[in-house]
Amino acid sequence: MTSRPAPFFVAAFLILWGAIAIFATSNGAWLTNVPQRERERVNPYRDQPDALAAGRRIFLDHCAHCHGKDAEGTKKRPSLKSARVQQQATDGDLHWLLVNGNRSQGMPSWVKLGDPQIWQVICYVKSLH
Amino acid sequence: MATWGLTSLARAALARIGCAALLLGGMLLPSCLACHAQEYPYFVTYSQEMEEPGNLDIEWFNAVGNPPSGSSFMGSDIEFEYGLKGWWTTEFYLDGQATQNESTIFTGFRWENRFRPLSREHWINPVLYAEFEDISADKSIREVVGHDGRYDFLTPNRLAHMNKEREVELKLILGSNLHGWNISENFIGEKNFAGDPWEFGYALGASRPLQLAASAHECALCAEKFQAGVEMYGGLGDANGFGLRLTSQYLGPTVNWTAPNGMTVAFSPQFGLNGYSIPVLYRFSVSYEFQQFFSHFRRSRQ
Repeated sequence: MTSRPAPFFVAAFLILWGAIAIFATSNGAWLTNVPQRERERVNPYRDQPDALAAGRRIFLDHCAHCHGKDAEGTKKRPSLKSARVQQQATDGDLHWLLVNGNRSQGMPSWVKLGDPQIWQVICYVKSLH
Repeated sequence: MATWGLTSLARAALARIGCAALLLGGMLLPSCLACHAQEYPYFVTYSQEMEEPGNLDIEWFNAVGNPPSGSSFMGSDIEFEYGLKGWWTTEFYLDGQATQNESTIFTGFRWENRFRPLSREHWINPVLYAEFEDISADKSIREVVGHDGRYDFLTPNRLAHMNKEREVELKLILGSNLHGWNISENFIGEKNFAGDPWEFGYALGASRPLQLAASAHECALCAEKFQAGVEMYGGLGDANGFGLRLTSQYLGPTVNWTAPNGMTVAFSPQFGLNGYSIPVLYRFSVSYEFQQFFSHFRRSRQ
């Protein structure tokens, strides 16, 4: 029997690893990547009615096209009223996701909004439960 | 007559291109329910930001200048920027220019792609850029490389138009977001297929929104709608003579404003820093972003 060359196994391993990584991140596994200190961050705008209203404006401007105007999600994009977003994820988790994005799943980074607007939109999203 | 560096010919070209842009906007606007860009006010510098997947950004850039001993000109290009993936943005440009007492001409096209190799945000975020351009008599000054200078603008259009330049351009884009500031650095290498040596250049930009937090109510002229900053760029010579000598350098403040309907308007006066540079360039741009562009067509078919 002829032995397969090493590059074949390296390529096969990389493809398998890539597929696992893509599969893992598609079902909300991003939550497991959030560092503890990020998870524990407190939203400085929490419980501020003005921040909620501002967050709604930001949501409609930037998020509604993918997640739907009512945040119920669309064919390819998840609902933001899910238990994962509303109960499992902390404000810090969502901040981390908005800053870093999840590019392999089509979620861009929103770091250009700046921290205050990111926290404001989190106020709004968390109010949707 | 040259008022504000804008000649009658340039004004005519501006009107023509403006009409085309308005027509384009008029055709596309009804399908665009919410078109909101959040852009940095740079004209030459690229930031690390990619276009969101599925979004199409259409931008009209202009540069107006009056080189000493030469004719006033206005260089324009229309950019179509599309987010293919979160890590991949592609752009196509159509370029043209108008020169006083000469002509208004189409100067060529550019096609560029930007790739973001690291998925998460870091202190410094690299983006790789590759561009092919097929251009002649260009006056849009979207970058300065090699020994580009004001003397290049003295060649009449009829002669400059015959000198077709097919080039590949590579950039390393580095960008950081710190406390509301965006700081971006570009390092440029350009190679002409005609066999000229590699030419180099750079661009630097820093900008910040005038207000970071959003207002609770919609507003047109509040501080959050404005971004201001500074931009500096210039040549770094070529493979036979690297450095800041015998090439042009520019520096200027820059500002943009995003209207409630999502249109962004930017303006920047940029000042030449040495005798090789055009003394003043006036730059302005108008842009519109169509979110999830192709989904509008899918919906309209249903």
